[in-house]
Amino acid sequence: MITKDEVEHVGWLARIEIDDADAEDYAVKLSSVLDYFGQLDEVDTEGVEPTYHVADIMNVFREDVVTPSLDQEDVLANTASEKDGYIKAPRII
Amino acid sequence: MVYDNPDGVRIGLEVHVQLNKLNTKLFCGCSTDYHDSEPNTHVCPVCLGLPGALPVINEKAVEYAMKIGLALGCDIVEQTQFHRKNYYYPDLPKGFQTTQYDFPIAGEGKVVIEGEDGEHVVRITRAHMEEDPGRLMHMGTIEKSKGTLINYNRSGMTLIEIVSEPDMRSPKEARRYLDKLRSILDYLDVFNGDLEGAMRVDANVSVFMGERVEVKNISSFKGAERALLYEIMRQKNLIRRGGEITLETRHFDEARGVTLSMRTKEEEHDYRYFPEPDLVPMRVADRVPAVAATLPELPDGKRNRFLEEYDMTDMHAKALTSDQDIAYFYEAVAQNENIDSKDAAVWVADIFKGEWNYRDLAIHGRTFDPENPYSSVRLSGANRKDPEVTSYISSDDLVYIIESVNNGEISDNSGVEVIRIILDEGGSAHKVIDDKGLRKVEDNIVATAVSEAIAENDEAVQDYLGGTEKSLNFLVGQVMKKTKGRADARQARELLIAALKD
Amino acid sequence: MAEWLSISDVKKKISETSAEEVTAAYLETIAKSSINGYTCTYDGAIEMAKEADKGEGEGLLAGVPIAIKDNISTKGLSTTCSSKILEGYVPPYDAHVIERLKAEGAVILGKTNMDEFAMGTSTESSCYGVTLNPWDTERVPGGSSGGSAAVVAAGEAPISLGSDTGGSVRCPAAFCGVVGLKPTYGAVSRFGLISYANSLEQIGPMATCVEDIATVMDVIGGHDPRDSTSIDREVNYRDALVDDVKGLKIGVPDEYFGEGVDEGVEKAVWDAIGKYEEMGATWEKVSMPHTKYALAAYYTIAMSEASSNLARFDGTRYGPRHDGENWHVMASRTRAECFGKEVQRRVLLGTYALSAGYQDKYYLKALKVRTLVKQDFEKALSNVDVLMGPTMPMPAFKIGEKVEDPLSLYLSDVNTVPMNLSGVPCISVPCGLSDGLPVGLQIIGKQYDEATIMRAAYAFEQNTDHNKARPAEVI
Repeated sequence: MITKDEVEHVGWLARIEIDDADAEDYAVKLSSVLDYFGQLDEVDTEGVEPTYHVADIMNVFREDVVTPSLDQEDVLANTASEKDGYIKAPRII
Repeated sequence: MVYDNPDGVRIGLEVHVQLNKLNTKLFCGCSTDYHDSEPNTHVCPVCLGLPGALPVINEKAVEYAMKIGLALGCDIVEQTQFHRKNYYYPDLPKGFQTTQYDFPIAGEGKVVIEGEDGEHVVRITRAHMEEDPGRLMHMGTIEKSKGTLINYNRSGMTLIEIVSEPDMRSPKEARRYLDKLRSILDYLDVFNGDLEGAMRVDANVSVFMGERVEVKNISSFKGAERALLYEIMRQKNLIRRGGEITLETRHFDEARGVTLSMRTKEEEHDYRYFPEPDLVPMRVADRVPAVAATLPELPDGKRNRFLEEYDMTDMHAKALTSDQDIAYFYEAVAQNENIDSKDAAVWVADIFKGEWNYRDLAIHGRTFDPENPYSSVRLSGANRKDPEVTSYISSDDLVYIIESVNNGEISDNSGVEVIRIILDEGGSAHKVIDDKGLRKVEDNIVATAVSEAIAENDEAVQDYLGGTEKSLNFLVGQVMKKTKGRADARQARELLIAALKD
Repeated sequence: MAEWLSISDVKKKISETSAEEVTAAYLETIAKSSINGYTCTYDGAIEMAKEADKGEGEGLLAGVPIAIKDNISTKGLSTTCSSKILEGYVPPYDAHVIERLKAEGAVILGKTNMDEFAMGTSTESSCYGVTLNPWDTERVPGGSSGGSAAVVAAGEAPISLGSDTGGSVRCPAAFCGVVGLKPTYGAVSRFGLISYANSLEQIGPMATCVEDIATVMDVIGGHDPRDSTSIDREVNYRDALVDDVKGLKIGVPDEYFGEGVDEGVEKAVWDAIGKYEEMGATWEKVSMPHTKYALAAYYTIAMSEASSNLARFDGTRYGPRHDGENWHVMASRTRAECFGKEVQRRVLLGTYALSAGYQDKYYLKALKVRTLVKQDFEKALSNVDVLMGPTMPMPAFKIGEKVEDPLSLYLSDVNTVPMNLSGVPCISVPCGLSDGLPVGLQIIGKQYDEATIMRAAYAFEQNTDHNKARPAEVI
């Protein structure tokens, strides 16, 4: 069972603002899914390696050759706020 | 002598080295040559973190990382991969940093430094590859800023993070370690340390075996020493007042020279590392022999060879091998059979290097005949602050100068003067000596000047004969003046003494 | 008037009229549509068609209109993943598959509706509202590529692209009575596909017939150096279209006919298997013992990856931005306001599953179970050529039926997620109706062996008339 406090902590880690009322609701809904995930405990995975990639590929590289960058205009086209070629954001702290 | 480390200082450093000599970034083909560019002009969907863009590893970056690992005596791992380090910050365009976690490309190694009590080993914990975030500019101070301006040109540059054990016992040792690291990296030709942000340092500091404090945001070597001195003093004072050192992260404020606590909610990290699904593992062990074959002779090896091969002091050996280009330059001079290698060491390490440093020149080009690397080395450099100011000199020039001094054609002073003129105005040694008329004048002109000086300065002559040795200096000065300084002062003195004896 | 056209039908029409006219006719149909399959149409479509007319039929898809799922980046054309957080975002670059389509002369009609960030089985979580199933407009089209399937079923595009992370091509293909392929992981470049769960997903085509699936795969498949997980091997998909399944060995996993499978679905699928027998194939039961755990493993992995993949949507570089006294608050508020509830749930669950203290229990454990699921496939497919079963355990459900209960929605993916965990190719083809709603037969092959499932699907189609069934509104 995931607690309300845990929901709020995870919300902070994931940068999703959760108000008090939502936290209750999340705690219930997330718990039922986590309970379901809990059935993985039934599986004996002793000595089983995790599969990160389904294909057995290794050493995929590219050469150190320059390719064109985007125009500054295209870089800034989608941001909500810009200034003098920079992307502008609220202060950090 | 054994250094007893009275305050129990333990310093470990994490050095971020930007491999700016690569042509492209770590995971995309954007050019690394952004330092003089407009903001956000060296970015593409990959390094801007646009939705849907995928990374591909720069093979050369892996090779450089291996080179660094091998040069630091590290074990290169069999197989490695990239992980995601998840955290939120506006300079991080994907909301995670692609870095290495449980299998860094290079494992344990060591760096030998000149410590407080002689040779001292600093152990390397690991060296791993990661991508650089973008660059933030706070509009005002970080606490009271009106906003943050973001430039992603730096985003995705290849960084090697070199982590040391807490083996340094003083800020001085930390500085020596950083200098040594810089020297090794320069030898490897993987980065240009003069570019802004090329080497950045985080430090772990503790005193009296207490909790360690992490000091971040140190952007220069000088800054590192200052930050450490401040932080050690702060910790000692705190303990003296009965306070307690707690595990924390502090930021170094370069302008004020102090470290500041930055404890905020943002600092509570849970990075949720997991392997990057968009990249596949790298098996690098079988590449080690090929990369090892490209390693140059490194500073320690070169120093030992210089001591063995050339007759020179340990101090000269260090000075001549701290920089690979100077070392090549020295060897090109010393290889000349007419020149004594010890003599050459004095000229190159003390005089030439001094003049070079005085001009704040950074070597940016070494040229030589690859068939015969020591035949003639030409150095070119630019002033660190004003790249418009450039200088060129070749080892042949220095050979000519030393030979000219040795066979009495020019004076020691003139030799130094020739070096200065070449660095400031250009030209070959031969031409400079001719054009400036620095060759010693014929003996009869000196003899005439001696006679004239005696005839015209009776008072000084009498004083000298009366036992006032100082007066001789005055007469030497007169001879020099009459010959416009071209006479050799020692010779003038001898001639004067001889004439006055009669 | 809307009608079902294959690529060769479209090409015939173009030769009789022009690509421009064909495209214009599709755009007209789309404008009159009430199923809400598209999030936007492309301004440049007519221009592309004119170009195709100039090219005189050059290119495999010269002048052929195609609809693109809204999570595939299209230069100059809105790409939002049906999420408010990408409102107004226009990519400055094309996905690899879009470059390939353009190179072969295809005409992009527009972007299709989907579950927000591909997280769903019903297209109900789209910020544009649900897409209606052309067979029964009270029902969902399936998801997450609901728009891509519905527009093909409604005759609003002859072909489309979807993406399949845990069944997102096959489920809507089954619910809308069209063909949909999830290629082997790595067979189609993901460059430009906005990630939901990057170790699981593939772009896949949807069409009215197997032949068109092969043609589109011949265009979009193949190696792309910009995707490190892209496979470097040459395949000709159309060469696989042979009407012959004599001697084909079919494995039928018991586990795919578990509890809760709709009777009509079960019957249609067994009838299909019977048909294969008639055509000279043999079948046997096989066991896939870890199927039961695939769903939990799948969701754990998908949500973990998603929590990281969706971190970049912080209001800084693209998309709308909400106010906040500092950057972190701005980002938290923007994400809370602009991500839908299901996306937020999955990001929170994924963050939790990766966080300190829980990573071994959830994420790592799921990856180990993934290994066991993959081994199930390797073992089963070492004795038989293909596996078959129902794509979805039930036909299209009613809009709103499962919205309030995420878990029951997840459970409907039980037959589609194991293939994404193991990377194997699979195709869903229409195999009949249950209460007037389409049923999909799922054919699963060995890794890299699209050829065999395409052949099996093609032969079935040639020897049955299930794919001749049409929604009432469409001729």
